[in-house]
Formats: sequence, structure tokens, C-alpha cells
Amino acid sequence: MFENISHLGLQQYWWVLVSVLGALFVFLTFVQGGQTLLYSVGKTEGEKTIILNTLGRKWEFTFTTLVTFGGAFFASFPLFYSTSFGGAYWVWLAILAAFVIQAVAYEYRKKPANLLGSKTFEIFLVLNGLLGTILIGTAVGTFFNGAMFSLNDMNQVDWQTPFRGLEAVLTFHNVALGLSVFFLSRVLGALYFIFTVDHETIVTRAKKQLLYNTVPFLVFFLYFLIWLLLKEGFAVNPNTGEVFMEKYKYLHNVLQMPFNTIILLLGVVGVLWGIISTLFMKSEKGFWFAGTGTVLTVFALFLIAGLNNTSFYPSIYDLQSSLTIQNASSSKFTLTTMSYVSLLIPFVLAYIVYFWRIMNRKKISEEEMNKESHAY
Amino acid sequence: MIEIADVSLVDWSRAQFALTAMYHWIFVPLTLGITFIIAFMETLYVKTGKEEWKKITKFWMTLFGINFAIGVATGIILEFEFGTNWSNYSWFVGDIFGAPLAIEGILAFFMESTFIAIMFFGWNKVSKKTHLLATWLTAIGANLSALWILVANGWMQKPVGMIFNPETARNEMNNFWEVLFSQTAVDKWLHATSSGFVLASVFVIGISAWYLLKKREIMLAKKSILVAAVFGLISSVYLVMTGDNSTRTIANDQNMKFAALEGLYNGSEGAGLVAIGVFTESETDPQNENLKDFSMKLEIPNFLSYMAFLDWNAFVPGINDLINGNEKYGYMPATEKIERGKVAIQKLGEFKNAKKAGNGQLANALKTELTSAGFQEDYFKYFGYGYFDDPQDLVPNVPLTFYSFHVMVLLGFFFILLFVLSLFYIVKGTFDKKRWFMRLAIIAIPLAYIAGQAGWIVAEVGRQPWVVQDLMPTMAAVTRISAGSVQTTFWLFAVLFTVLLIAELKIMFRQIKIGPKH
Repeated sequence: MFENISHLGLQQYWWVLVSVLGALFVFLTFVQGGQTLLYSVGKTEGEKTIILNTLGRKWEFTFTTLVTFGGAFFASFPLFYSTSFGGAYWVWLAILAAFVIQAVAYEYRKKPANLLGSKTFEIFLVLNGLLGTILIGTAVGTFFNGAMFSLNDMNQVDWQTPFRGLEAVLTFHNVALGLSVFFLSRVLGALYFIFTVDHETIVTRAKKQLLYNTVPFLVFFLYFLIWLLLKEGFAVNPNTGEVFMEKYKYLHNVLQMPFNTIILLLGVVGVLWGIISTLFMKSEKGFWFAGTGTVLTVFALFLIAGLNNTSFYPSIYDLQSSLTIQNASSSKFTLTTMSYVSLLIPFVLAYIVYFWRIMNRKKISEEEMNKESHAY
Repeated sequence: MIEIADVSLVDWSRAQFALTAMYHWIFVPLTLGITFIIAFMETLYVKTGKEEWKKITKFWMTLFGINFAIGVATGIILEFEFGTNWSNYSWFVGDIFGAPLAIEGILAFFMESTFIAIMFFGWNKVSKKTHLLATWLTAIGANLSALWILVANGWMQKPVGMIFNPETARNEMNNFWEVLFSQTAVDKWLHATSSGFVLASVFVIGISAWYLLKKREIMLAKKSILVAAVFGLISSVYLVMTGDNSTRTIANDQNMKFAALEGLYNGSEGAGLVAIGVFTESETDPQNENLKDFSMKLEIPNFLSYMAFLDWNAFVPGINDLINGNEKYGYMPATEKIERGKVAIQKLGEFKNAKKAGNGQLANALKTELTSAGFQEDYFKYFGYGYFDDPQDLVPNVPLTFYSFHVMVLLGFFFILLFVLSLFYIVKGTFDKKRWFMRLAIIAIPLAYIAGQAGWIVAEVGRQPWVVQDLMPTMAAVTRISAGSVQTTFWLFAVLFTVLLIAELKIMFRQIKIGPKH
């Protein structure tokens, strides 16, 4: 079945799958956003425990999605993996360090004799939420703004700045995406509390935070989106593979991929509806609208970055070193093999959703925290 | 065209990978094994309905949770380190290596992380049977997670199922099943997971023995010992069998590694196995770190030949045979391999230049030559050797490999004995009377960790200077970055992981002291 699809078709298919994983990851950063709200939503020890337990039962999904996103990128576009990870060394290692400290924090925070004290582990969680979202958002910003690298004829990367990727923060458009992801994750975190917690004070505070974070999110996101549509972009000549600058490239992508644009618009509306229905209509299900909206929006942005003859990881140092889904991809044989494996993804998603629903059937409350034998 | 990184960058990059891998392997084996032990215990709970089994299950689950968290923390670094520190390698093998890694993420990691949440938090939310299923799936997911990464590692030790594509300058997969079912990969998985089962069994028996010494949690301790001793005994016998298989695979595919781990310098027919040996400076060349004499050794005649080739009189090549060549037995001298490797590299360069110059005809001719079966067999097979000038650079660290291998093997047999005695005493009802044995069982816990680390040293130091056997040397695989940057991250991770390890140990010891919740 997949054997009959062209190499380009498979490359596009895998770009779509990588985009799905990226989109799911951004949605799942509600865990990170929620962590940064720890002190503004939880004031007493009991409240903090509720917050960290409702997040703590989901943190592994975010973590695993990040790991799988990395794995899928490695498998389908190994040249991106070797170029970006090896090149933008400091950015990626900072991101990883932020996730290392998260993995232990939930489990160790409340345990006796934990060496560093529960406060330190809470700070780990806040740091993870802060750095994880801002840095990843900023790094993904370079998909649209380019990075400083060149490749030799053995496809080995040479990074052209000693800051190894950290220079991405000098481009405000990258940072705007990073901050959008950060404030969005807080919006989603607040919505998640409202959705899953049975505790009046926490819900009231979460609503307040929802409002406070929606404003900067909209400012940064709209700036990012509008500037994206106005800026020149990195286009690829499909016949020669040559990369060149094209005015309004991303606007062109929006116009030339109308179906994707509908997804983008639906996504934005979904996020807004999730927020509005929670703030003004007392809905508790805003999390699902905003969550679905996030997945759709991020998915559509990824497609704008990589499809329609666009370079998804451009080099502003040497334009012809830029990565496209064609020159960075695995061989046809490997993509075909992996495509068969990808048929299992719906099955994996189905059991995750099924068990997620069972575990979240009842809202989390103080009473449950006192009864539960295993709590964070 | 091909640039080689400086020595200190390679060393620091190796140090960082070794640091993160060894820290990760402190926690992984316990996860691999204890999840199964917990699953057995919970099965007994569901079958018998006895609350005491539930209490036992929950106690070990708590310890598992503490271990799991830090295992995850140390694992994420490893995956991305292939890119951050070994980017040339990531491209060179990405077409093969990526697939198992992606499958691992999609299939195994999600299985593990979904069901582990149910296992910990689902006691009051799902039925008994669903909970049991979740526990089993966590164990299976954890062990499947290990499968794919070990398939990738196995491929690096014995590259199969691929062909080199000069256009992209990398290896491309042409047979997935060959990669997956390669003997090296299968052996690696079975050996590594069963070592985890053994470690977890030793862990459970050791902690239970401590309770018995302290005369507390008697019921929990005795029942746990019974489960762990049975599981441990079966696993340890299996561990030795898979280890034996691995050794044979190494003897055939990585004969330099085999010679190093046996400390065999001069090959012979009917070679003897040095069961225990101590190295001393070589009389002929005392300066050579890799050339040693035995100051003491206990040798079993002819056994090495049998172990390697199932033939008491087979010829086993030594390090000198592999470096200088041995015409009689058909071993090519290293200088010849180096020359052939250089021819392969040069041809690839000519092809790249022809492409760049736009000389399509020449490029096509060179491509045909490069991909022809004859060239692949006579020259490309030695591609990696072309990076070397001195044949001595092809020898791994012999003493480190030799000692690690022997420590691992001796401990492996010791664990069998430990499990036999544990089972014997617990069935006879005298376990808690043998104070010496209870103490020995506690001491065995760190020994199990040492054995596992030693195993990885054999696997990874023993195959140096290769990242991909015969095709890509370590020095060519590394990311081009300043050695100072890698040094900085090395120390950052060293401090971070050490602090987290100390925290983990303190929490673990405290939880053991507290004991099960009543």
C-alpha cells in the first residue's frame, strides 16, 4: 500500500505526522503552564497538592510526546535531527535539562528525606514550565526565520555562531512565538484546573489567571501570525531544489492551501471559544475546545512551515544549506517501513483517550487526596 | 572532505555519553525486572484475594516509582544526545537508527506511560482485573522500550540490512527484518533485559533480607523472597545462556573485541580460557598501555576455542593476529584494511567532486563502481579503516575490557548461587536463621549494579574505536563543536545527575526504613 506512494508523497505524509506530534505536544504543555501557575493558584499546602496531583497524572504524556516527536523527526528527517540538535547545541541542552528536573520533581517533592526540600522540587516544576515552553517555542520560531548553519558535502553541520542556537532570541519574531506558547500553556493550564478540580478557591483563582494570561497570549500570538503573513519566506524550487527568498511566502502558503487555512481558522476560533465560554458562560469544558483548537492551530502552522515547496529549517548563513522535507528525509524504503508502523497510531491514541477518560471521570478533590495511597 | 575532530573533543563527547548512559543504566535494569515481579505479586493478589499480597505489591510499587522517575529523567538526555553530540553519526545512520527509535516512541513509551498512571493511581478507579492488566502492560511496555534501542545498538555492533548511498553519503536501510532480527540485536535485548530481571530479584531479596535481620515485616519479606528467588533463578540461568550466545556472536563479528575481553594477544588452536587473570606491564614494551602480560592467571585449556566456535581445537585469533595479519588462518593485516578503506573514501570524494563539477557522466560511472557488489565487498566493507593511519589505534582498552568482562561473568555465576541458596533456605524455612546469608544478600545488591555497568563497559569500550563496526570510527561521528562546550555540559550533567542520585538514594532508604503502609 505505501510502496505505491512516491518518495515525495511519503515525505509529505511524514511531515504531517511530525506536525501532529508537535501539535499534540503544544496542547499537552498545559502541564507546563499549570506548573507555572502553582503559586498563583495554590496558596496552601493542600491546594498545591491538589494542583500537582491533577497535573502529575498527565505529565508523562507531555514528556513522552516530546520524546516521540524527537524520535519521529530523527526517523523521518534525520538531517534535521543532526543539523539542529548538533548545531543549536545550547538551546536543546537547556530544553533537555528543563525536562530532566521535571521528571523527578513530582515523585520526590513530598517524599521524606528528599535532600533538596519540597520547595526546590516545586521550583524545578516552575522552571520546567517556564524554560520548556519559551525555549521550544523560540526554537520552532527558527523554522520561519532561519538559523546560522552550513552543511558540507558529507552533510556535516557547521554552526556559524559561538552561541550555538541561543542567538535565536535576538530575533523578536522567534521570541514572540516562544512567549505565545508560554502564555497559551498557562491558559490551557488554568482551563485544565477548572475542568478537573473540585475546589472552589482553586477554580476562582484559575479563572482570574485565565483572563490575565489570555491578554498577553493574544498580543504575542497575533503579532507572530500577522508578521508571519507579511514577511518574506524561504521557498524551494521544486524542480532544482534551489532555495530562494520569496516575498509573502507564508501568506502565499495560506492562500494556496485553503484546506489548511480552514484548519488554522477553526483552531483559533476553538481556542477563543474555550476561553470565552469559560470566562463568560460558566462552562467547565472550555479545556477541550481550547485544547482541540491548539492542536489544529499548531498543526496548520507546521504545514505552512514545511509544505507547499517551503524550506522548514532554513539557513540564513548559506541559503542552499537549508533543509526541506525532500533533502532532509530518510530513504523511500525507510519511510515506507515506518508508514506501516504509523498505522498503529490511531490505536495508540484510542487507548490513551479511553483510559484518560476513566481516570478523569471524577474530579479531583481534597477528600481524594486524603484517601489516595499514592499521591504526589 | 572528511574532517576528523580533535582528540579532546572526542574524549569529552565520549565521557558525556558514558556518563549519561551509565547513570541511565543505574535505574533501567531495576525497572525492567521489578515491574514483572510486581505483576507476579499482583496476579497472586487477584488470584487469591488475600490483602497481604496487595500490601506487598503496593510496597514494591512505591520503590519502583522512586526509581522510575529518575530513570525517565536520565533517559531523555540519551535520546537527544545522538543528535547534540554525535550529529555526524546521526546523519550517517539515521536512515536505519531512526526507525527503531520512532517505533519505540510510538509503541513502547506510550504503553508504559499510559499504564503506569493507572498502575499508581487507578486502584480505586478501575476494576481489579483492569488494574492487573495495566500492571502487566507497564512491565511489557518497559521491556519493549528496551528492545528498540538495543536493536539500534545491535546494528552498530554488526551493521546489516543496509546499503551505502553515495548520493546522500549515508547508509540506507534495505531490509528492516534483517535489522530487527539480527542475531546481535536479539542477543543484546535478551541479555540486557534478563540482567534487569536478575538485578531486580537481587534487589528484592536483599531488602527483604534486611527486614528479616531487623526482625520486622517478616511476612512481606518471606513472600517477596520466594517470588524473587524463583524469578531470579530462572532469569539468571537464562542470563548466562544469552551471555554465552552473545560471546559467540562477538567472536564471529567483532573478533578484536573478543580478543580484548579475553586478553588474548597471540591466537592459537585450542586456545585456553583465562578464568581469572591479573595484568602486569609487558616486558617487551612497558610503555604500551594496551600491551600487557599476565602476572597471574587461572586458565582452562581449550575452553576459549569451544566457547567461541563450539570446537575444542578451533583457532581463535589474538590481537596481534588481527593487527599484523595471519595468512595461515586468513586474517588480513590491519595495514591492508586501512589502505582499502582509504581507497573507498577517496572514490567517494571523487564522486562528490564530479557531482560538484557537474560532470554527470563521470559521477554516474563512479556511482556504479561505488555501489557494485565487488567494490562493496573488497573496499567499502573497510570504509571506516580509511580514517586511521596507525594500526595500533584499532585496539580497544584491553585491561578495562578484560576486567569488566570477568567481573561481569563471575558475578553472573555468583547470582545463580545466591538464588539457589535463597530458594533453598526460604523453602526450608531457615532463611531468617542464617545471618551470614542475609548479610550476603544485602551486599549482593551493589554487586548486581556493578555487574550491569561492567557489561556495558564490555559492550561499548570493547568495540572502540568504532561507533559503527568497521564503517564509522568514533572520531568521525562526533558533532563539530568546541571541546569546552562539551566539557561544560559534561560537568553540568555530572553535578545534576549526582545530586538527583543522592536524593533518590536517600528517599529510597527512607522508604525502606518506613516499610509498607499498614
